[in-house]
Amino acid sequence: MHGYEFYVDPSRCIGCQSCVNACEECETHRGHSMINFDFIDRRGTTATAAYVCWHCEEPTCARVCPADAIKKGEDGIVHSSLKPRCIGCSNCVLACPFGIPKIFPEYEQMMKCDMCYDRTSVGKRPMCATVCPSQALSYVRPEEIARRREKPASVFYFGKQRVVTQVHMMVPADTKSIPLDVLDHIWEESHAVLPQTQ
Amino acid sequence: MAEPPISPESLQQRFGPHPAYAPPGGWQEESRNPAERLVKTHCCFCGQQCGIQLKVRGNQVIGFEPWEEFPFNHGMLCPKGVKRYMQGGHPDRLLDPLMRTPGGFRTASWDDALNFTSRRLLEIQEKYGKDSVAIYGGASLISEKSYLLGKFARVALGTRHIDYNGRLCMVSAGVAYKLAFGVDRSPLPWSDITKAQVVFVAGANVAECAPITTDYIWRCRDAGGKLIIVDPRMTPISRNADLYLPVRPGTDLALYMGILHVVLRDRLENREFINTHTTGFEQVTESVRPWDPRTVAEKTGVPPESIERAAHLFAKAERAIVLHARGVEHQSKGVENCLALINLCLATGQIGREGAGCAMITGQGNGQGGREHGQKCDQLPGQRSINDSEARAHTARVWGISPDEIPQAGYSAVEIMEAIHRGEIKALLSCCFNPLVSLPDANFTQAALKKLEFFGVVDFFMSETAHFADVVLAGSLQEEEEGIGCTAEGRVIHIQKAVDPPGNAKGDSWIYCELAKRLGKGKYFPYATTREIYDELREASRGGHADYFGITYEKIDKYMGIFWPCPSLDHPGTPRLFEDGHSFHPDGKHHFIVTEWRESGDPVSDDYPVYLTTGRVVGQYLSGTQTRRIGALLDPYPNPRLEIHPRLAEQYGLAEGDWVTITSRRSEITLQALVVRTIRPDSVFIPYHWPGDRSANRLTHRTLDPHSKIPEFKVSACRLRKADGPPDWAQKPGGLTAAVAKERA
Repeated sequence: MHGYEFYVDPSRCIGCQSCVNACEECETHRGHSMINFDFIDRRGTTATAAYVCWHCEEPTCARVCPADAIKKGEDGIVHSSLKPRCIGCSNCVLACPFGIPKIFPEYEQMMKCDMCYDRTSVGKRPMCATVCPSQALSYVRPEEIARRREKPASVFYFGKQRVVTQVHMMVPADTKSIPLDVLDHIWEESHAVLPQTQ
Repeated sequence: MAEPPISPESLQQRFGPHPAYAPPGGWQEESRNPAERLVKTHCCFCGQQCGIQLKVRGNQVIGFEPWEEFPFNHGMLCPKGVKRYMQGGHPDRLLDPLMRTPGGFRTASWDDALNFTSRRLLEIQEKYGKDSVAIYGGASLISEKSYLLGKFARVALGTRHIDYNGRLCMVSAGVAYKLAFGVDRSPLPWSDITKAQVVFVAGANVAECAPITTDYIWRCRDAGGKLIIVDPRMTPISRNADLYLPVRPGTDLALYMGILHVVLRDRLENREFINTHTTGFEQVTESVRPWDPRTVAEKTGVPPESIERAAHLFAKAERAIVLHARGVEHQSKGVENCLALINLCLATGQIGREGAGCAMITGQGNGQGGREHGQKCDQLPGQRSINDSEARAHTARVWGISPDEIPQAGYSAVEIMEAIHRGEIKALLSCCFNPLVSLPDANFTQAALKKLEFFGVVDFFMSETAHFADVVLAGSLQEEEEGIGCTAEGRVIHIQKAVDPPGNAKGDSWIYCELAKRLGKGKYFPYATTREIYDELREASRGGHADYFGITYEKIDKYMGIFWPCPSLDHPGTPRLFEDGHSFHPDGKHHFIVTEWRESGDPVSDDYPVYLTTGRVVGQYLSGTQTRRIGALLDPYPNPRLEIHPRLAEQYGLAEGDWVTITSRRSEITLQALVVRTIRPDSVFIPYHWPGDRSANRLTHRTLDPHSKIPEFKVSACRLRKADGPPDWAQKPGGLTAAVAKERA
C-alpha cells in the first residue's frame, strides 16, 4: 500500500520479539499480539522466526468460513472476522496453511494480523516492521528490497494447493516458489497420473 | 546498622518487583485515549539510545510511537525500547522519600529525609575524615546528572571516592583507546559498518545487547561484506557468520595476537600506514612472534585454519571494522584484549577512513556520555585526568574553587565496596546503581553493605541494594528531566523532559542541589534547571578531549545529534575521528602497545573444571531493577537458566529443565538447565540480571583488570551437580512468575 510491500526474512531474525511486543500496542487489538513467533529448535540453534499474516490472494481462511465472516479488502488486506458474523467455529484456524488465525474466546471472535490497517491505510508503516531491529520484518519499497542478498518470493505450494501471497518471503536468489511438501519434489508427482485423494 | 529492616520477601511484597502487563489506565480504558503530545526523545536502555517518541497525556507517558526520522535507528526499537514507557506509571514507582524504621520503611517529608541525610554525612566525615564517604553514580544518568555527581562529590563533600557502574561496562575499552589513540570514544559512526567489506565482531552479543546494530551488520552483508564472529556461544547473529571462532572463555588475547602473527608472517601489514602514523610497531611484532596458529589453537580452541582465514579476510579487505563489547572487556586482561584488537587495526591501516576502524559497543544508556564529565574516580569533566595540574586549574576555575580543593583520584567501584568491607569507607550515597546484583561476588557485597554506618539511595524504584538503605530519596526517570546523552557512536543527543516526576518524587538534580545546600555548599550549586548545569558542563569540558562547548540543545535538535569534539558554536561536530591521520596523543601518532598473556584470576582446576561466563538476555537491562518490573520483558525469560551443551549435560546426567547446582570458589546457586548446542562444551553461561539466590554474581570473583579495574565477569571456574529438586527461591510465591507456573502446569 502506498508503494510499500511487506517482506519476511527469517534469516535476519534475532528472536528479540520486539514485533510481538509492538503489535499489542496497536489501536485495533490493544493488549493482544497477532505475531506468530517461534524458536525453531532452541536445543540445536538460535534460529527463530516471526511471521505476520501472509494476506493470501485467495485466503483459505475466508474460503472455509461457514459464516462468510472473513473479508479481503480491495487493497488485498485480509481482515479479522466480522464480529457480528463470526461463530467462533475455528474452521479458519484449522485450515490456514500458515497457522495464522487465532480464536479469542473472551471476544468469541477470530482475530489476526490486519497489517496494522489503522496505520497502513493512511500511509504509515505497520508497528512490527517499523520497530524490527534486524528488519526480518520489513515494510519497504521494492527497489529497497532489491538491494538485499535474499530475494522475494510469494508463491507457496502446500501439496496440491498453490497459494499466492501479498506478503513476500525472502529466499535465496533464484528461488521462485517455496515447496513445503516432499511430494513437491518427487518425480512421479508431476509426471505420473496418480489416483487423486480428495 | 544497615541490615534490611525486614525480610526481603516482605520488602518485595511492598516495593516489587511486580511485573506490570498493561499501560497506565489499562489496555481497554484510559490508555485508549489519544495522546496530547508526542515527545521526541530517546530510549533509556543501552548505549545506542535509539530515537523514540513518547505519547504523553496529562502528566503520564501512556505509550510510544516510532521516530522514523531519527537517523540512527529509523524507528527501529528492541523490546526494551517498545516497553520502556511502562515505568512512569508503574505501581512500584517510589512516590515519596522513605526512611527506615524497625518495621520497614516509612514515608517522610523531603525536609526530614534531606536533613537526616546531610546530617549523617557531615557527622561521619567529621568523625572519620572526608574520604570516609563515597558516592556511586550510574552511566544511565543524563550527562548533566553525572557531571553534577562528580562536582557534588568533590565540592560539596570533598571526598575523593566517586565512581559509577560504568566501571562494570566498557572501561577496559576506554583505557585501551586512551592508550592507543589518546581519546576514549568509538572513532567511527555506525553508518561506517554498512560500508565495510569485513566486520569482525569480538565478544559482542549484538542481537541481544545492541539489537539495532544487527541491521547495520545485515546491510553490510547485503552489500557483500563478510562477517567474522568470536564468541564461546553461537549468539543469534552467528547463524549468518562467514567465519565463527568459538573462543574458550578468557583466551581472546591469544587469539588476537595469533591473528596478528599470521598477518605479519604473511606480510599483509600496511607498511606505509605503520611508518607514517604509528609508534611501537617493532615491539608488538616481537611480542606476537610466539603466537603461531597451532599454539593459539591449543590455548583458545579455535582451529588453526580458522585463525589463518580470519587474518587473511581481515588484512586483505580494503575496509574492515572490529566491533567489540563486554566479552573481551570483562576480563582481568580486558585492556590488553582491546589493545590487541587495536594493534590488528593499526597493523592493517584500518582506522580514520570510511568503513574502517574499531569500535566499542558501549553498553549502558549514556554509557559514553556518563563517563566523560567527572563521575569516574580519576577524571574531571571533558575526559580530563584528575592528576593533570592544568586540568585541575581549569576545572577549579569553572567551579569557583582553588585547584587544591579538588581531591585526588579515588577508588574505583569494586574498590569502594572493598573499602567499605574493611571499614575504611563508612557512608555511601548511591544513585542509579544496584551493586548487590551487578558487582561480582555478591555475598561479599552483601556483607559490606551491612557494615555501612550510613547508606543513602537516590532511585525511582526500590532496588535490592536499597533494601539496606537508611534513606531512599525518590528520584526521577530519564524522561523526567531535560538533558543530553552521548551514544555509542559519540553522537550527543537531546533527552527531552516528557513529564514531571509523579507524586512527591523529585528530579535527581534537585535532590543533589538540596543536599549541597544542607552541606553548606549551596553557592556552588545554584542551578534552577538542568540547562544551567549543561551550560556549565560545556564550559568545563571546553578544551578537553570530549569538548562539548559548541553543542547546544537547539543545535542537537536541528541536526538530530552532534558528534563530539565540537569546540565552537559554528563547528559541525566530528562523526569520524583521526581522518587527518592524527591521533589525540601529543605526538599525533597512533600507539601500538605490547600485550602480554596471563591467566584468568579464577582458573579452572580439577575441583572447578568448567568455565562459567555471564551476560545478558534481550528483555533485561543491567541489574533488572527496571526491566524485571515489565511483564512483557520478563515472561520470555523469567528466571536465569544455565546454558549447557548436551555433551557436558550428559556427563552430569542433566536433561532440559533439570535443576542443577553451580558451585564456584565463592558460593553456589541452583538453576534450571537449558541444554543447547550453541555453547562450547567446556563452558556454561548464566545471565546476571537477577538478585539473591538466583544471582550469577554470587559465583563471580573480584579479580580486576589492573588498568581499567573492570571485574572479570566473563571468566570464572565452577563445578556442576544435579540438584534433587527446585531450590527455595523457585518454591516461594512469586519465585517462578505466573507465566512460568502456567507453563509448567
